Amino acid sequence: MHKKSVAELSRELESGKISSVELTREFLDRIRAEDRRYNSFITITEDQAMADAKTADEQRAEGKAGVWTGVPFAHKDIFCTNGVTTTAGSKMLANFVPPYDATVTANFRAAGAVCLGKTNMDEFAMGSSNESSFFGPVNNPWGLSNGDKRVPGGSSGGSAAAIAARLVPAATATDTGGSIRQPAALCGITGLKPTYGRVSRYGMIAFASSLDQGGTMARTAEDNALMLNVMAGFDPKDSTCVERAVPDYTATLNEPLNGLRIGLPKEYFSDQLSPAMEQQIRNAVKEYEKLGASVKEVSLPHAKLAIAAYYVIAPAEASANLSRFDGVRYGYRCENPQDLNDLYTRTRAEGFGSEVKRRILVGTYALSAGYFDAYYLKAQKVRRLIQQDFINAFKEVDVLMSPVTPSPAFVQGEKTSDPVTMYLEDVFTIAVNLAGVPAMSVPAGFVDGLPVGLQIIGNYFEEARLLNAAHQLQQVTDWHQKLPQ
Amino acid sequence: MTISREDIEKVAVLARIRLDEEQIPALENDLGNILSLVDQLSAADTDNVEPLAHPLDAVQRLRADEVTETNQREAFQAIAPATEDGLYLVPRVIE
Repeated sequence: MHKKSVAELSRELESGKISSVELTREFLDRIRAEDRRYNSFITITEDQAMADAKTADEQRAEGKAGVWTGVPFAHKDIFCTNGVTTTAGSKMLANFVPPYDATVTANFRAAGAVCLGKTNMDEFAMGSSNESSFFGPVNNPWGLSNGDKRVPGGSSGGSAAAIAARLVPAATATDTGGSIRQPAALCGITGLKPTYGRVSRYGMIAFASSLDQGGTMARTAEDNALMLNVMAGFDPKDSTCVERAVPDYTATLNEPLNGLRIGLPKEYFSDQLSPAMEQQIRNAVKEYEKLGASVKEVSLPHAKLAIAAYYVIAPAEASANLSRFDGVRYGYRCENPQDLNDLYTRTRAEGFGSEVKRRILVGTYALSAGYFDAYYLKAQKVRRLIQQDFINAFKEVDVLMSPVTPSPAFVQGEKTSDPVTMYLEDVFTIAVNLAGVPAMSVPAGFVDGLPVGLQIIGNYFEEARLLNAAHQLQQVTDWHQKLPQ
Repeated sequence: MTISREDIEKVAVLARIRLDEEQIPALENDLGNILSLVDQLSAADTDNVEPLAHPLDAVQRLRADEVTETNQREAFQAIAPATEDGLYLVPRVIE
């Protein structure tokens, strides 16, 4: 059962071949037996999951079951779960038990899905390798049997690794600069970052509020559509959430791709991309041509400035968001504070890890008197130019396709000595967040036995078109079905 | 781009993060590298470009001025490091 998709498991439950209690037990046993190899979970909610599975089976017996009723999944440990520890991968929140549910959490609860636990992540979602987690790094299931400890990507590395290892069929995730797409690519699964404002951020621990967006991870595009059906929609509790009707994302999965106009941004097929990676991406694009799509080169002339703009805007917003961690109301507090300033400064020095501190310091610097115009305002202007590039490109084509990362999963420790080297990992993903458009990572082959991700970028609110394109590729290829050794 | 030791100390005070002396050389290097990366922005021509704060250029939505939240003080204070009589405890501020 553990190799089946959400859609398949849902049908098994509906047919009565298996109960949710049996299914939940099977997945929990797998997590208990296997996760010491991966460290993909921070918390396993065994008792709650078994109770929820029992409730799901009762609902089904009463004829009240939906698609998700009784299906196991996991939450990235950034979504608040009422009564269950929510750490954001930080010592600062290692003891934090939220007294409320995030809207995304509440939506899955209402749908009857069974949460098995909370997945590992880079601290406060700041990282591209899951190595900044207070709870230790996550091992990518790919290459592990060769003794290679490779990163799963980040920040949603736990969710991606758990799905690749078949410990859960699906998991929630978030993406501020590539944190869904990059780990999905490095772990060989399918992930979607929706349009900014499509999914409520209420109860999703904030990193950079004008960029953060909750999204989906699973093996298939169809399962991503099933997840987005639960997650998307207006929420009065999030003031940036968009009031706009939500389509049934599964309804258009089988639309033919005949006439689809694909643009290949030339800036994303640059020297940074290894020839072997480029070959895989171009092979995947050829599959689309066979399905009736047309392909042309397009340009995103300001994309090269995306990382620079991001590393002003994201740290600036983070420095403001993370000022709430003061040792007073919740979370970590230092021992024996001598005075109020000592309480603040020592709590934050001891509670935050080094990458988080670096970003808070950079952000504080960029916002401080004398530097605001040169850094923050300038970055926001460049952000407008980057957005305009996408608007112009979507006048010519329906979707953009590119690699997700310049190279496959790297070995742990390889990029930790210099933060800027790590930041360049997101060179193809960050512009999407600055523009706020939706994008996916879809499995597109292998280089040296490691998965490669194809990025498909869409215009605002065109998640259905992306899911349709990804689903059609998955009907004619089997890259997404491959299992790590 | 370089950032001085004085700048780092000043920013750490603003950010309320205590730094130990031995952390500062590595931070000078790392923050200097990050700011060099960021300096690419200065090459961009942004005359007459409006800053973008929200990707959809949305503005804050207003709601009716009605009480919608219930009092959850006990639930919120149950997870606080130190409370007494419904108050959050901090070190003495006024001598």
